[in-house]
Amino acid sequence: MEIALALAIGILTASGLWLLFRPRTFQVVLGLSLLSYAVNLFILAAGRLRTNAPPIVGKEAADPALYADPVPQALVLTAIVISFATTALLLVVLLASRGLTGTDHVDGEEGEP
Amino acid sequence: MSGWMQHLIVAPILLPLAVSGLLLAFDERRRTLKRVLSLATVAALVGIAVMLLWLVSDGFGLSPASAPRVYLLGNWPAPFGIVLVADRLSALMLLLASLLGFTALFYAMARWDRSGPRFHVLFLLLLAGINGAFLTGDIFNLFVFFEVLLAASYGLILHGSGTERTSASLHYITINIATSLLFLIGVAMIYAATGTLNMADLATRIPDVPSGNLALLEGGAAILGTAFLVKSGMWPLSFWLSRTYAAAAPPVAAIFAIMTKVGIYIVLRLTSLLFGQAAGGAARFADDWLIWGGLATMLFGTIGILSARKLSRIAGHYVLVSSGTLLAAIGIGGHAVTAALLFYLVSSTLALGALYLIIEPVGRNVEEEDMTSGISEPVFDDEYTGALEEDEDESGVVIPGTIAILGGGFIFCTLLLSGLPPLSGFIAKFAIIDALFQPAAIAPASWLLIALIIGSGLATLIGLTRAGIDLLWTPSEDNPPRLSVIEVAPIGLLLATCLALMLSAGPIFLYMETTAVALGDRSAYIEAVLHAPRANGARP
Repeated sequence: MEIALALAIGILTASGLWLLFRPRTFQVVLGLSLLSYAVNLFILAAGRLRTNAPPIVGKEAADPALYADPVPQALVLTAIVISFATTALLLVVLLASRGLTGTDHVDGEEGEP
Repeated sequence: MSGWMQHLIVAPILLPLAVSGLLLAFDERRRTLKRVLSLATVAALVGIAVMLLWLVSDGFGLSPASAPRVYLLGNWPAPFGIVLVADRLSALMLLLASLLGFTALFYAMARWDRSGPRFHVLFLLLLAGINGAFLTGDIFNLFVFFEVLLAASYGLILHGSGTERTSASLHYITINIATSLLFLIGVAMIYAATGTLNMADLATRIPDVPSGNLALLEGGAAILGTAFLVKSGMWPLSFWLSRTYAAAAPPVAAIFAIMTKVGIYIVLRLTSLLFGQAAGGAARFADDWLIWGGLATMLFGTIGILSARKLSRIAGHYVLVSSGTLLAAIGIGGHAVTAALLFYLVSSTLALGALYLIIEPVGRNVEEEDMTSGISEPVFDDEYTGALEEDEDESGVVIPGTIAILGGGFIFCTLLLSGLPPLSGFIAKFAIIDALFQPAAIAPASWLLIALIIGSGLATLIGLTRAGIDLLWTPSEDNPPRLSVIEVAPIGLLLATCLALMLSAGPIFLYMETTAVALGDRSAYIEAVLHAPRANGARP
């Protein structure tokens, strides 16, 4: 489980970074999305990996060792919402830039061929 | 603190948030209503900030014993719920932000709020985010407020549209989203190492972190710090800054002058609270990075000022010089240096705000053709287009001697920023240098900082004088620029505040020194947060 998660985070980060440094705006947006997936998984891992452990404690006093840490799960939810919203905004700016400059290059002009 | 007064701490966040939501409900054409509402809100924010300042310092007293005021959101007990903390530093920053916000908003009413839709909504949202970042006592909540202020700033940087702004904002947004991801990674690593997100709780737990987890903690803090250093513009993370700020509309650029200081504030808060002397193995681990990074930033900014041809670029590079000075001073640390850097922070932020506001009227007669590009055609069909058709006489009445007013204001700004006596800029720089000379053995970094403070001041003087001669002294065939009272008043207000800083430098400096002492002694902060009483006598 640990190795699968670590590989997933690593591959997402690597491809995200590669796309982030590409010259086309859409690639950059995709890169940022992949990076945010990697970060979300990373936050989840920060709460230590547990399987089949509920994050919510009932009324009775319980042994915390039996439960998963709920805080990172709450953090991930917040992070997902925020990165979703900012990605949507970036897409709008991308379209505006494409409309104004006529190119989808990140600098608004084509570089040397 | 009882009754409604205890809710005063949350007001700087809730008030602009609520009003900006309310303003969304009104049509863009009801401009007067929007202006009155948003200006009244920001004026109220100034009032609230003064009251908070009065509260946290026990009636502007100078006893460092006055405890920070804590507000438990949702009445959850401290390390579990999110807390807002108002201490001397955050109250000071709140006042600075709301003052700058008030003047920038006032200035925007001359014409800039008409150059695109929903200016006031975004502006108030930005202030809500900035105030939240100053008040919060929880690092994940800090992330949320950072996102609020960034989201609003994305909208504001695009305000007025145009190719240059869109292109600059594309870079700005991309960099900031990537930075936010760094922020999240840092927060996750700190949580993994310590198991808490509350700043006061972190401060108590960090000394006990086992040495095996120390690398995780320091790595997390370093990644988190990188996110703030991008915001505050430390070299080499600052290449986006001067172009973005130059592309923004003047009132937006003026309020952005406080945004780099948000990053500085967080660095100051976290280094003093979490990584002070008492932090065990991780104590002061970032100081060298801050010192040398800050010095490199100053050098880069100084060269930038000398090489810049346009006034807006000079201002952008001065933002870097100011950030670099503050970061290096934070890295060196100590009460005297901290007090001096706080004074410098206030003075340079106000002066930068005034400079950004004065740039546009000064350049108006020279760059007449650029004026039209300030407001351009909308990109999308459904965008509000009313601004383009109405109000032809937008610059208002011609004041006699506008050149004299502008020139006077410009010289005032130049003196302030380059740090020539007798204005507050000089007092601030002199205080930093004086504090650096206090230790018996002066470190090489301190000598370098002193040299760079003086050198950057000289470069600023050269750069601004050169630009000023070009813009103001060159005999011009054109009519003098048209200037409205709405534009002059906020610039005058900012400069008058700097003058007040100079005239009452003594008491203000005493306040800064108490603030610095309170920052150095973190036990009061921790005590106030972790033992904050819950409302209605609920069980702690």
